[in-house]
Amino acid sequence: MIEIIDKLVLYFQYPFVRYAVIVGVLISLCSSLLGVTLVLKRYSFIGHGLSHVAFGTMAVATAMKLTSRLLLVLPVTAICAVLLLRSGQNAKVKGDAAIAMVSVGALAIGYLIMNLYAKSSNISADVCSTLFGSTSILTLTKTEVWACIVMSIIVIAVFLLFYNKIFSVTFDEDFAAATGTRAKLYNLIFALVLAVIVVLAMNLVGALLISALVVFPAISAMRVYKSFKSVTICSVIVSVACASLGILLSILAGTPVGSTIVAVDIAGFLVFYAINVIMTRGSVK
Amino acid sequence: MAQLTCMDISLGYEGHKVASGISFSVNEGDYLCIVGDNGSGKTTLMKVMLGLTAPASGQVLLGDGLTDSEIGYLPQQTEVQKDFPASVREVVRSGCLNRCGLRPYYSKAEKRMADENMERLGLAPLAKRCYRELSGGQQQRALLARALCATRKIILLDEPAAGLDPKVVLEMYALVGALNESGITVVMISHDIAAAAKYATHILHIGNGSLLFFGTKASYLESKAGSIYAGHEGVQA
Ligand SMILES: Nc1ncnc2c1ncn2[C@@H]1O[C@H](COP(=O)(O)OP(=O)(O)OP(=O)(O)O)[C@@H](O)[C@H]1O
Ligand SMILES: [Mg+2]
Repeated sequence: MIEIIDKLVLYFQYPFVRYAVIVGVLISLCSSLLGVTLVLKRYSFIGHGLSHVAFGTMAVATAMKLTSRLLLVLPVTAICAVLLLRSGQNAKVKGDAAIAMVSVGALAIGYLIMNLYAKSSNISADVCSTLFGSTSILTLTKTEVWACIVMSIIVIAVFLLFYNKIFSVTFDEDFAAATGTRAKLYNLIFALVLAVIVVLAMNLVGALLISALVVFPAISAMRVYKSFKSVTICSVIVSVACASLGILLSILAGTPVGSTIVAVDIAGFLVFYAINVIMTRGSVK
Repeated sequence: MAQLTCMDISLGYEGHKVASGISFSVNEGDYLCIVGDNGSGKTTLMKVMLGLTAPASGQVLLGDGLTDSEIGYLPQQTEVQKDFPASVREVVRSGCLNRCGLRPYYSKAEKRMADENMERLGLAPLAKRCYRELSGGQQQRALLARALCATRKIILLDEPAAGLDPKVVLEMYALVGALNESGITVVMISHDIAAAAKYATHILHIGNGSLLFFGTKASYLESKAGSIYAGHEGVQA
């Protein structure tokens, strides 16, 4: 035990480890905020589709040798978020099909472009790290950390300011719209925030694992808690705890950061599932 | 000008026509009952009045300075997802949202109003319960309390009596009646013609794809449409 602590103390002297933890905590916090609404609105797949779009755009940005890739990735992802959300609501165009088309398309094009233009000899490693995050979180620069902090603050502020509106629109969009709440506007804001989170989270867990970060804490919390507020608070705590634990484990064991965090999230879900089973058994008796 | 005017509205879904030629207006303080058979288009009409669905043709005008943030609404059906975590209190309070404007949180007065409305509908003991785990009638009461919170000038109710036990139905009618006395306009879809005859000032009857009647209650009960509909229930004005 002491050995492990010593090892951690040693690691924490390196700035890149501290950056990784800060970024990890912030991203997991932000992603869990939207998770509840996303799960409830059956939008989980939009988050997934968006992450593929972000991957494709990242590939294009790399091929174009942009210095700050974020400037391309963020707007493109945001536009796709709005479009996907629209199509999800439109009964005529099957929302599912649209999302599948966009996400698989972006994935394929992204990989194609990476292959065509990438100078580096190790394409598969590049692709792998964009998709699964691998060790990229440990190579964050100071600017990236600051960008992450600023965007997280924006996400948290938007969520806190619109908390009641988000609840009402998620719970019953018709009622909200009928009684003068601008439901469409809040859906739009929601889509934009989601895009920001996806782009942020790509740094942490890679494109393919983002939805896990968004969805697991929310469904864990929903096993045990029954009000929107308690579920939101609980999923934030679960998400931050799992992400921190995951990062520490990955540092100690040398495993890829993204998949370790997701594995911890899955373990967290199992714990909450068990708690739920025990609780319902207990109340029946 | 009237608070709400419908001009030559046609209702329809993607080419399939439900009803047409509907014109009427609702004035401040009116109590309008909308009656008609199942599937005649009452719910659709109410959604058109609220701007939730576009009419196939025609126009809906809000007047008398009425804005949509002064409207209360009780939908006929709410598709709430199976495991939506929401306490009754959270649901009822969300009715206060249209009073907030840009203010992010509910004021003390709004929270108190939500509590009062829960009290009025006997929901106080259920305040912390999960909405999804309530019975159908209890859910209906929670949505009614939410609608009351949202109401400032006009309330639109789509079959408010559905699922309520007889005692609560009477209380509900009395409550809405009192609301109307205090100057709030009421628009109610109802199959309960006896209650309509007791409280309503105006009746709108749709059926057979068109407007069968619109006018005051007294003239409705004398009219042909009214005598057919109300006749076999032996309603007296
Ligand atoms: N979303 C929809 N898409 C297509 N058709 C619809 C839709 N909603 C309703 N309809 C059709 O429109 C017609 C009117 O429906 P509406 O719900 O307005 O009836 P209603 O008068 O409220 O009936 P009830 O008394 O049963 O509540 C029905 O024939 C119904 O089949
Ligand atoms: Mg109806």
